[in-house]
Amino acid sequence: MHLRTRKIIDRSATGIGILAIVVMTAALVVLLAPIFANGTGAFVFRGTAEFRKYQSDRFDRGDREVLTTEKETLRQVRQPVYDLLHKFEHQLKNDDDLDARFGAEFPKLKREVYRLIGPPPGEALSRLERDEYGATRWDRALVQADSIVHVQEDRGLDSHGFSLKVEGPRAARYKGTSLEPMFGYVEMHLAELLRPQWTFYPQFLIDNPQDANFFGGIGPAVLGTIYLTLGAILFAVPMGVITAIYLVEYAGQGRFISLLRTCISTLAGVPSIVFGLFGLAFFINTIHVSPSKSVLAGSLTLGLLILPTIIRASEEALRAVPLAYKEAALSLGAGQWRTILTVILPAALPGILTGIIISMGRAAGETAPIIFTAAVSVGLGVKPWEVFTSPTQALSWNIYNVSTEHEAVDQIRHVQYGMVLTLVVLVLALNLTAVLLRARITRRLSG
Amino acid sequence: MASSAVAERPKKMTTSVPTTRPTSRSPETPQTPAVAGEVSHVAAEGFHVLYGGRPAVKSVTMNIPPGRVTAIIGPSGCGKSTFLRAINRMNDLIPGCTVQGRLALDGQDLYVPQLDVVALRRKVGMVFQKPNPFPKSIFDNVAYGPRIHGISSRTHLSEIVEQSLSRAGLWDEVKDRQHDNALRLSGGQQQRLCIARALAVDPEVLLMDEPASALDPRSTARVEELIDELSGQYTIIIVTHNMQQAARVSELTAFFYEGELIEFGPTKEIFTKPRQEKTEAYITGRFG
Ligand SMILES: Nc1ncnc2c1ncn2[C@@H]1O[C@H](COP(=O)(O)OP(=O)(O)O)[C@@H](O)[C@H]1O
Ligand SMILES: [Mg+2]
Repeated sequence: MHLRTRKIIDRSATGIGILAIVVMTAALVVLLAPIFANGTGAFVFRGTAEFRKYQSDRFDRGDREVLTTEKETLRQVRQPVYDLLHKFEHQLKNDDDLDARFGAEFPKLKREVYRLIGPPPGEALSRLERDEYGATRWDRALVQADSIVHVQEDRGLDSHGFSLKVEGPRAARYKGTSLEPMFGYVEMHLAELLRPQWTFYPQFLIDNPQDANFFGGIGPAVLGTIYLTLGAILFAVPMGVITAIYLVEYAGQGRFISLLRTCISTLAGVPSIVFGLFGLAFFINTIHVSPSKSVLAGSLTLGLLILPTIIRASEEALRAVPLAYKEAALSLGAGQWRTILTVILPAALPGILTGIIISMGRAAGETAPIIFTAAVSVGLGVKPWEVFTSPTQALSWNIYNVSTEHEAVDQIRHVQYGMVLTLVVLVLALNLTAVLLRARITRRLSG
Repeated sequence: MASSAVAERPKKMTTSVPTTRPTSRSPETPQTPAVAGEVSHVAAEGFHVLYGGRPAVKSVTMNIPPGRVTAIIGPSGCGKSTFLRAINRMNDLIPGCTVQGRLALDGQDLYVPQLDVVALRRKVGMVFQKPNPFPKSIFDNVAYGPRIHGISSRTHLSEIVEQSLSRAGLWDEVKDRQHDNALRLSGGQQQRLCIARALAVDPEVLLMDEPASALDPRSTARVEELIDELSGQYTIIIVTHNMQQAARVSELTAFFYEGELIEFGPTKEIFTKPRQEKTEAYITGRFG
């Protein structure tokens, strides 16, 4: 081959390599940046007075005295709004004309106002917490206020045949009524009505969700993910490592063994939903490890899912141990198990640990295997002694659930992103641990 | 008799590992003299080693006397390592490796089914071609053997480690860094550490498979000196394809060729007036 041809091939190989790395980095940034940007919003945000009130009522957090003072200030600012609403409501009852115009719309409007600044004491529209408190987050409050102050009006069809909707001030509709001033007041005094403050809410990670995730945190889901992951590891690591030791140190090259190896490789490629169904059919319906979904059944299913990975990683790590170590140990009179325990396993540890930690990331993130075996969308955190019988929330499942089945997902986006961020950080942290641990042990082994 | 003089030399090291010294062999064990008038420590009789049916060592009969350095020389691939590894049954690791004939240590046949391989390997230490310390501390390397044989007292272990390292001539170099990783030592130091590690279980026989071939000349000289110091205390069998080395360190030399033992006798005789033509050809460098 000519020198020039060789050079061209070299250069293009380098170019393609660099391109691939750039594309992957870009994808990572494009993917992770919004997750981090949106996800942090669950922990750091501008919380309103309603947030502080809720935290105080429900979790007894915050300085009581400050809150009492704030409550008094708020009462004074909010009273005019309540007064205007009450006055108009009273007029509606006595004026048929007015009732004909606003009778249908007004209760909805009132509800929206209460959802913004909270109902006056004793006047909650329902027992749902979202009807007892106003907007807890300033970003939500701005959207909510906008839906009060402005109204979309249908203007028929535009020239292209699309329905034409125009945003207009709602005050215009109420022109001449006693309620007209309220809209201006709310718009003018929004900040005083809600008093937003920058808030750091780390307890998001441990608080129970309240009223379908409108309030509170994601504690049970975080706990559930930890249980399921640890359970899977507890089950899969001893099995996987012992199997790998058997395959490397004891098994020969027979037909049965090569069949076994093929099975393990195949198992690694089985879609995770199949594992989920298997878990239901086998662990729950056949051997009844629990009456129905439970952390245990989910852990076993996830354990099965990661078992092939752990076997393969351990096998490779064990095979990579220099034969010289084994020979040295045996020549000193060590038995086979002694050699495995004192020389081969320690030398293979970095590889085995990497496999374990990467599998942990996988187990933490999988959704399909736990749908039928462990996951539920509501419930309190599972106590350690309940894991054998109790189903649990889990980050992966709840992310899916919140984003597809929640009645008002656009109002709790921060919860969804908060869960995604938590899961991503968890998995990244596990991977980072793997890298560091590996480096550390390798350094120790190589002197 | 040379061997009894050797055996009476006081042993510097004492451990609780019970050993049978060459002198304590029961009188009824069969002795086939290797070199006129000497008892044997390792005895082969029509001994074959086969890899998957292909012979690598063919019908070797030789009696290796106790307390001497015996060198095995021969061209590459002639079965030196195979024979050496048969003595501590390291060939068990190789699938398809079988033996025929008889190989005995102190009269005890090594290939009977009831033989305790672990006990055998405790009596027959081995040093490999490439230094192979464990990726552990210097101390843990030397203490490895005693530990697996049941010694756990820290003071006792320290004693054994110090004695073994001293015997291997490494103590002064490493006494202040016994807890450093062994892989940080130089190649020559690593090989002497491996010798110390083998000595720590107080073996009777020390097998060395080209122990200096991976070392620089200075380290090689150091290892050769060490072999010289150890001779008399252990039965040392050293494989080498460096003839000068064989001449320098050994009292007896065996010449292997294509799996067969061609000639075995005092080193001086083998190198000055070999009886076999093949030996002479090899010694004078006509092949190999
Ligand atoms: N593990 C093995 N499997 C099959 N054949 C082997 C193995 N080890 C060595 N042999 C063969 O046995 C013969 C002797 O090898 P070896 O004892 O290593 O020779 P030497 O140490 O004298 O160089 C050679 O022909 C070699 O190819
Ligand atoms: Mg060899």
